[in-house]
Amino acid sequence: MSEAVVSNTGEILPTGTKGVSADFSSDMQSFHVPWGKAMMWIFLLSDTFIFSCFLIGYMTVRISAVDPWPVPSEVFALSFGGDPIPLILIAIMTFILITSSGTMALAVNMGYRKNRKATFWLMIATAVLGASFVGMQAFEWTKLIVEEGVRPWANPMGAAQFGSTFFMITGFHGLHVSAGVIYLVVIARRVRNGFYEKRGGNYEIVEITGLYWHFVDLVWVFIFAFFYLW
Amino acid sequence: MAQEGQQHPLNVYFWIWGLLFVLSGFSYMVDYLNFQGMTRWGLILLFMFLKAGFIVAIFMHMKWERLALKFAILLPPIAIMVFIALMSIEGDYTFLTRIEFFGESTFVPEAVHH
Repeated sequence: MSEAVVSNTGEILPTGTKGVSADFSSDMQSFHVPWGKAMMWIFLLSDTFIFSCFLIGYMTVRISAVDPWPVPSEVFALSFGGDPIPLILIAIMTFILITSSGTMALAVNMGYRKNRKATFWLMIATAVLGASFVGMQAFEWTKLIVEEGVRPWANPMGAAQFGSTFFMITGFHGLHVSAGVIYLVVIARRVRNGFYEKRGGNYEIVEITGLYWHFVDLVWVFIFAFFYLW
Repeated sequence: MAQEGQQHPLNVYFWIWGLLFVLSGFSYMVDYLNFQGMTRWGLILLFMFLKAGFIVAIFMHMKWERLALKFAILLPPIAIMVFIALMSIEGDYTFLTRIEFFGESTFVPEAVHH
């Protein structure tokens, strides 16, 4: 994997910190990756800032709340006839998202090997896992709204701010997962139909889709830690 | 831009995939085994950063990207860390002023339904 990267003017670019100055002073482009990949990374960086704003807002509001904050392991426990198991649904959701990141990584690999069928099915598997994640999050929301009476402005279990931060953060994340599911299905179908064969047999789009999907998993890692465990 | 260069033996992905499950299990254990205080926070953060690191480096391929891209994406979040520090200081201040002026909370929570 250490083949030389060549600039637009034909020189082999150095690596390491010398490479950083070489890249930023390169002719026409700084990042010697396909433009779609660079753009997806930049988009994900901006999305990181957006989610950080929400999480920092949550942090501030939780630190400054005078009323007791609900204990997540109690709130998000489920009982199947016996004692409530803390955070079981969240653990399953985490498991599902990690599995989906795995299927996505495999799909990217299959894409570069030009195995369209495997790529298609792995991307669909990723999408199905993502959809089930959203379904479980919807179940969680329903339980909190209907049974526990949590609202964005009030919360019978403790600090009123719990509801607004929870719904805002998990809602935005769920929206990103849903958009990702649609994105995955669209690209998967194009892969299967030979759309990318006609465009030169280039399957970088699968890797770019993968970047978005791993980002969604990444955000969940942070939400899981800061909201459910903390 | 080399396409073949993006391939690695599948092995790497499977190992990291497994590692992510293990780290998630450990994160869950922190709650299940009811760690408290600094140990709890320390472990939560440790596992979180390890998982995030592996996802970005391996699954998102950052480990093999050029340093310019690494810097462009990974350095700006330092600003986020500064923001976190600032807001946690302010949050503390807000909390203390609320206690000072409005007194302790008199909220009585309802029991959680299962």
